[in-house]
Amino acid sequence: MKRLLTIATALTLSLAGSAFAQNTGKLKIGFVYVGPVGDFGYSYQHDQGRQALQKALGDKVETTFLENVPENDSERSIEQLARTGHKLIFTTSFGFMDPTLKVAKRYPNVFFEHATGFKRDKNVATYSAKFHEGRYIIGQIAGKMTKTNTIGYVASFPIPEVVSGINAFIRGAQTVNPNIKVKIVWANTWFDPGKEADAAKALLAQGADIISQHTDSAAPLQEAEKAGKLGFGQASDMERFAPKAQLTSIVDDWSTYYISRAKLVLENKWTSTDTWDGIGDKAVVMAPFKNMPDDVKKMAEETTAAIAGGKLHPFKCPVLDQAGKDQCKPGAAALEDGQILGMNWYVKGIDDKVPQ
Amino acid sequence: MRIDLVARNGRSRLVEIAAPLVALIAAMAIGGLLVALLGKSPVQAFFVYFVDPLMESWSLQELAVKATPLVIIAVGLCFCFRANLWNIGAEGQFILGGAMGGWIALLTHGGAGGWWILPAMLLTGALAGLAYALIPALLRVWLGVSEILTSLMLVYIAQFFLDYMVRGPWRDPKGFNFPVTVNFADAATLPQLFDGGRMHAGVLIAIVVALVAALVFSRSLFGYEVRLVGAAPRAARFAGFDDRRLTLSVFAISGALAGLAGIVEVSGQIGQLQPSISPGYGFTAIIVAFLGRLSPIGIVVAGLVLALTYIGGESAQVAMKLPFYLTGAFQGILLMCVLAADVFTRYRLSVQFGRAA
Repeated sequence: MKRLLTIATALTLSLAGSAFAQNTGKLKIGFVYVGPVGDFGYSYQHDQGRQALQKALGDKVETTFLENVPENDSERSIEQLARTGHKLIFTTSFGFMDPTLKVAKRYPNVFFEHATGFKRDKNVATYSAKFHEGRYIIGQIAGKMTKTNTIGYVASFPIPEVVSGINAFIRGAQTVNPNIKVKIVWANTWFDPGKEADAAKALLAQGADIISQHTDSAAPLQEAEKAGKLGFGQASDMERFAPKAQLTSIVDDWSTYYISRAKLVLENKWTSTDTWDGIGDKAVVMAPFKNMPDDVKKMAEETTAAIAGGKLHPFKCPVLDQAGKDQCKPGAAALEDGQILGMNWYVKGIDDKVPQ
Repeated sequence: MRIDLVARNGRSRLVEIAAPLVALIAAMAIGGLLVALLGKSPVQAFFVYFVDPLMESWSLQELAVKATPLVIIAVGLCFCFRANLWNIGAEGQFILGGAMGGWIALLTHGGAGGWWILPAMLLTGALAGLAYALIPALLRVWLGVSEILTSLMLVYIAQFFLDYMVRGPWRDPKGFNFPVTVNFADAATLPQLFDGGRMHAGVLIAIVVALVAALVFSRSLFGYEVRLVGAAPRAARFAGFDDRRLTLSVFAISGALAGLAGIVEVSGQIGQLQPSISPGYGFTAIIVAFLGRLSPIGIVVAGLVLALTYIGGESAQVAMKLPFYLTGAFQGILLMCVLAADVFTRYRLSVQFGRAA
């Protein structure tokens, strides 16, 4: 009987303990990831941003994340965070868009931040990064480094972010190599190392000597390394997975954004905004240029600096589509942001069709 | 030393009921050990996983919402599995049901609405699932093709069909080319039952489906036929039951229910069509069907238990920062324990020391 009492007391205490932890006066910040934090790509990079935020703001904030959340069953996961006292919630994948808006309606005092979407509300902000700026740079590098004039491109889904990435890539490549060809394989997944590796193998077998990828695992790059070919990392610096193959990597650095948004909440100054930062804002960072001759490295560094300084736009007019028609608005210097954010057509030089 | 499994003579009612409970307790003990190894309190984990979600209206409703597609599909599957037929493609029937039912919502979008839209969606979804499940059934009846392979392979076709439609013809014209359809109008959305939660009318459909199926199994000649063909196919043939007709019937039922589950999920939970509408419910439902021992009422319980592990797993990530993979591991442990308990209800362990004779 006495032992039973002890157990009961322990239970009550541990329950009370868990309830108490929820009321410490810290700003609780939640993150929802579509993949595992161990993908060493997209979700990993968001989690790096979370860790940087936790480090920068220390005991003023408490961060929590939910990983591997399926996009078609995410409303509950987002709401779990909202109802457990999280006041700022980042939902980091496109497919969380409508669920985020639905939950936000029910929790008007919680601030939501949705990555890569286009629907906003008074307590839902959106943010993304100009990944296509990095794609332009790696396109140029690929144009210089290829011997077969054939680049393999492992793509995820034909959404505007990916399509504009392919276009920026070939526009970069065309500036140094007019004969370049890009072969595209749609893996139809963001993270599936097996499928991604198969796609890369198929591309290598078709004569590609450089693999570019817009999927999140290191598998395509590793296939390039195994075949003695070259490639680019995605979302994070993947050099450790392919030290001989990685030329550079387009690194998403969310930390600046996350820290600034959390500070705004702490100062009661948060408002719903739409943020689209690029290389100039350090939201997109190029990993060190390696495995290439010095002249190529110099070119890549100059292009990076030109884009950062606003002197070079990857979609500088004219921008010809596959039929040769200029897609620019009359008199514009470059495509408008909206045209890039909704891109579903290829530029001239790509011998393929956007899957519809 | 020699270890044998010796068949038990007869099975007591008590053992049958106790076995899954013992399995659950064993799984919890092993799971608790894992939590302790991670340096967290197993007691707190127990509460976060299994008790807290049962204490609040919000999470109870979420539990029902999560269990609904699993229960509807699994009840359908138990017709097939009891007849010793293997429909592994419920995932595909689920997707096609959701897609075709959702298509009605898209066709009527922006129109005047009307009470008939929801019933039409549900009916279309169920019929689409039914028709899709008949493909492997007919191939089996006519040509003797293994229904396991064909039903599984049809899953991928359904997935790519939906993917294609949502990226192309069904895409929201105002959606910046992103692959989602419009959000369904209210007339095409299953109503919510209570304020302060997401429980929708699909939950009631799941309950009705399970009750009707339980009656069919216990009271109807058809239910008897299914059980008999599964247990003793030769005897069933001598008794004059037509096993081809039965094959078609059970596939039709399980396909229709999987399709119904698909449109219930799309209309009640998601509210639009996306390139993917299922995190693998059609496959998880196979586990639910066996956890529920192929009985409709057992399936309701099993579906709720599995839903509890999902929701508790999420709470544990939030409240205790326990890893996501613990939930998957725990589901596996639970299934293993139930299967093991199943073995021990039918067999007992006999350990003999020394050399065997």
